[in-house]
Amino acid sequence: MSDITDVTDITDITAAARRIADKGPSRRRLSRDPVNQAMVNNWAEALGDTNPVYTDPEFAERSVHGGLVAPPAMAQVWSMAGLHGARATDDPLGAMIAILDDAGYTSVVATNSEQTYHRYLRPGEHVSSSIVLEDVTGPKRTALGEGWFVTTRTTWYVGDEAVAEMLFRILKFSPAARPGTVPDPGAVLRPVISRDTEFFWEGTRKGELRIQRWGETLRHPPGPMPPDGDLSAEPDYVVAAGTGTVYSYLVHHHPQVPGKTLPFVVALVELDEGVRVLGELLDADPEQVHIGLPVEAAFLRVDDELTLPAWKVRP
Amino acid sequence: MTGLAGRAAIAGIGATEFSKDSGRSELRLAAEAVRAALADAGLTPADVDGLVTFTMDGNAEIAVARELGIPELTFFSRVHYGGGAAAATVQQAAMAVASGVADVVVAYRAFNERSGQRFGQVSSAAAQQVNTSGVDNAFHYPMGLATPAATVAMVAQRYLHTYGATSEDFGRVAVLDRKHAATNPNAWFHGKPITLEQHQASRWVAEPLHLLDCCQESDGGVALVVTSAERARDLARPPVVVAAAAQGSGPDQYTMTSYYRDDLAALPEMGVVGRQLWRQSGLEHSDVDVAVLYDHFTPYVLMQLEELGFCGRGEAGDLVAGGELELDGSLPLNPHGGQLGEAYIHGMNGIAEAVRQVRGTAVNQVAGARTVVVTAGTGVPTSGLVLSAD
Repeated sequence: MSDITDVTDITDITAAARRIADKGPSRRRLSRDPVNQAMVNNWAEALGDTNPVYTDPEFAERSVHGGLVAPPAMAQVWSMAGLHGARATDDPLGAMIAILDDAGYTSVVATNSEQTYHRYLRPGEHVSSSIVLEDVTGPKRTALGEGWFVTTRTTWYVGDEAVAEMLFRILKFSPAARPGTVPDPGAVLRPVISRDTEFFWEGTRKGELRIQRWGETLRHPPGPMPPDGDLSAEPDYVVAAGTGTVYSYLVHHHPQVPGKTLPFVVALVELDEGVRVLGELLDADPEQVHIGLPVEAAFLRVDDELTLPAWKVRP
Repeated sequence: MTGLAGRAAIAGIGATEFSKDSGRSELRLAAEAVRAALADAGLTPADVDGLVTFTMDGNAEIAVARELGIPELTFFSRVHYGGGAAAATVQQAAMAVASGVADVVVAYRAFNERSGQRFGQVSSAAAQQVNTSGVDNAFHYPMGLATPAATVAMVAQRYLHTYGATSEDFGRVAVLDRKHAATNPNAWFHGKPITLEQHQASRWVAEPLHLLDCCQESDGGVALVVTSAERARDLARPPVVVAAAAQGSGPDQYTMTSYYRDDLAALPEMGVVGRQLWRQSGLEHSDVDVAVLYDHFTPYVLMQLEELGFCGRGEAGDLVAGGELELDGSLPLNPHGGQLGEAYIHGMNGIAEAVRQVRGTAVNQVAGARTVVVTAGTGVPTSGLVLSAD
């Protein structure tokens, strides 16, 4: 996967989008089947639409339509390519999706669909459709990951008459790393571990945030000496509940840090137990982070040996 | 005046050009800087019997001695904690001459910090050193807190929160430094002042730090010749007396990540330095004519002003905005342009500027300057000096 934060790639994607948009609408593609009653019956049944104007010829005869019509919301149904269908070679959405796939934005989610119906369709009419690329914006940081919004407009025709239109927007995104994993484990700066701090890292491997305890006193980062200097004292640890609030934080933008995706948030968290612990605040929108934000512990597994303590925003 | 006060003086200063690509080895830079400083003092390598530098410096004392033909050394020393060592190299030298273990000690720092190893990048060496500092860093570096800017940003964010300061308060420090650098021909940013708007528009490095809150990365070397005040009086230049020299480490101290203290928005180690500077020198804030404060990142300049007692907590932003730190203000700051404007030579170029101000030979000379406070790296165990006219 290419480095999606690279400026060159952004320029490339924007330029490619402009080239595709400049080609204008795709050729009108005739639907596989004309508007037909069998498909209308199935669709109305599946969606629970009981309006008899779509299915009862006698009722429809007496209605303002003077005969059966197809549900307007079926517009897209007529132009669907079927289970094994392929997009037309000049389909701008297909071309844009391919470019974003190559750039690493491999996942897709539809975000908006706004349809406009100019008139009702009747059984027997044969619909064709054409798609134009209206807009590509990005990269945007979203909860799903970094991505690009791609907007197309589809127009359905009967002959040369436009009968319906649809503004369709998708988000093509690069899925954020699965919570609890790191993008490039080999690159992570590994901690130097001493006899005094070994228990902490053993804890993170088990999903425990362990805080050193000397009698009643908690201490982090841990060390070999008790606060009162009593050499006969032995430390143990408590497993922190993992809840706390952001005491301070920063948003790291530059330079690249091994194993991290830019930008990222590092937070110094004051645990409810009263000690501060530092970690990356995962999947956080930097704009939403503030001092006092409630967070909870998360664990970022690097490999069998190393799991890093981290934070996520408390729901 | 107590202890070290008045016992030693800086008799010579020397530097290479400040650049982004020196085109020669760090050892060559060190040798050039030391030789220039000796020439400035009217001394030769044969007069030198002590050398001191930073632990971080790549040039061993013996290597510098070899290159310059310094025959014998009776004193050689290194000071730890990055840029926090700067003023402490002069303290070490002053203690050596005051105690008689050496007569002429040269403090130096030379590196290719831009064309070679850049401090602004992630240092895996710092993260993975097998010692207590490596263990300390284990709780920060692997989590992504891995650059100097990021470590400062964490404290700066808390400072903004605690005192209601703004990014513009940080920015005015950069604007001031760059204004001074603009009229300093030796400064990298000579002729290139910036506006507050440019500061605000510069890209984020580690929010809340913009690019223009961060000092530059530089290639170059600086050296300072220290001898007894008495001997200095017989040398080529008027002595610049070490009126006070101090190191400081605070409670629960870490290197750049002292995040576990009660108050994050403070630099108590600089408070330790400051209290010693006033006590040793017998001087007061009102006696200070110029302040050369370590400026690798703008927020720590504000916090130093507060920690040294030039204003109250959270008031430094107003001090800057009110023009008090301009060349004609009550406390002119970094007349050479600081490390944001002149060059980042780990604080040593600031000490050289303090010497020029006391001598009266600085390019942006503060009229009648006799007493200068100069500080070393912040966020780390650090050091400071009061230099004054004889």
